Amino acid sequence: MPTQEPIVALRGVHKSFGALKVLDGVDFEVQRGNVLVIIGRSGSGKSTALRCIDRFETIDQGEIVVCGHRVHDPRLNLRALRQDIGIVFQSYNLFPHLTLEENIILAPCSVKGVSKKQAREQARLALAQVGLEDKLHQYPEQLSGGQQQRGAIARSLAMQPKVMLFDEVTSALDPELTGEVLKVIEALAADGMTMVMVTHEMGFARSIADTVVFMHRGKVHETGPASILSAPATPELAQFVGAGF
Amino acid sequence: MGGSLNANHLMFLGQGALWTIGLSLIALIGGGLAGAVIALCRVSPSRFVRLLSGAYVQLIQGTPLLVIMFLTYFGLPTLGFSVSPLAAASASLTVYVGAYLGEIWRGCIQSVPRQQWEAAEGLALSRTQRMIKVILPQAVRIATPPTVGFMVQIIKNTSLASVVGFVELARSGQIINNSLFEPLLIYAIIAVIYFALCFPISRLSRKLEQRGGPARPKILAV
Repeated sequence: MPTQEPIVALRGVHKSFGALKVLDGVDFEVQRGNVLVIIGRSGSGKSTALRCIDRFETIDQGEIVVCGHRVHDPRLNLRALRQDIGIVFQSYNLFPHLTLEENIILAPCSVKGVSKKQAREQARLALAQVGLEDKLHQYPEQLSGGQQQRGAIARSLAMQPKVMLFDEVTSALDPELTGEVLKVIEALAADGMTMVMVTHEMGFARSIADTVVFMHRGKVHETGPASILSAPATPELAQFVGAGF
Repeated sequence: MGGSLNANHLMFLGQGALWTIGLSLIALIGGGLAGAVIALCRVSPSRFVRLLSGAYVQLIQGTPLLVIMFLTYFGLPTLGFSVSPLAAASASLTVYVGAYLGEIWRGCIQSVPRQQWEAAEGLALSRTQRMIKVILPQAVRIATPPTVGFMVQIIKNTSLASVVGFVELARSGQIINNSLFEPLLIYAIIAVIYFALCFPISRLSRKLEQRGGPARPKILAV
């Protein structure tokens, strides 16, 4: 893939849930190694936009291209797409009946056909990356929320995705645990991982984002480098940032 | 005829009780296999399969077990299939229990949080892999207490096999009563035996329920 080609591109994306228009012509692009942060009020369509990238929602109009996969195309190879994308959710969603290690090796073994031995080695590396190397054999319920979320990140990383999606991954955590998860994400960004994240952590957005997308009423209302958070061009973003979200 | 209750009568009742247990196990295994198929059909991606299995469940749940027994034992021979009482009772209970367990287990599969499906999808697992490796192991934990509880219903329902001449506990009681004419005593003994079979199982079911039920993430955000 030429370096100029964006890893993720949304062009004129429209999406309605019944009569409710959630995405009303959304465009943005993420270059390799960049971090794009989507902010906006609840109901502005930011989570939906993120979920469309992984085809958890299908779109009504427009196109989405991720790592060369035409996501809007009904003939899309969904599993190939999802091998290139890692997604982490607000509610962690580790599998409760499996230990952390089993959670992590499940997909590499059953999807990519990696040997158990090799997958365990990858799991160890991924867990070291998120600072949980000593929790290998713990079950999710034995871990704190922050640890579970870091475990979920490690599980995605073990699939060696080309882009990571984070959907409000700290919203269910208290401030202390939020910090430890954000640190992991920061380290990933420093390693050059391409990322798209929806977050309410404005301070974090400011420090990590290469591009900020402010969504308002299903549209990209304002976009630019992280500096737009300090000097908003539109009254809506000014109000949103000022409200201290 | 006449006489009083003796050891031979009690032996006969004991034999009946063993058949009740045997028939219950047949119903549990047969109905369990049928129920597993029904439950998977009920959550199938194919609308046709869902509708068909749903219709089966509705049909059986809307029909008394007694009538199903009559149909298999008296109905099938008119079509040229002769059926023994054991075969008729086993088949009827399998059909009946399958519908109920299928519906219970469908509920258990669907009560695994949607986010678990999504997490598995996000990891590129195929539908079959998601089902076998992620959803079913969690559904089984959820399903254990209600399934054990339903065993009690199965044991009690086997008494209906007496109408097709199968000599299980209830029927053996009837036979003894026909010779002794001591209905209060004999049916009281029968009731006690049924209770002794069912009570430990319903206790077990309650205990399983109390033991925290299914493991799942503690925080399930919207």
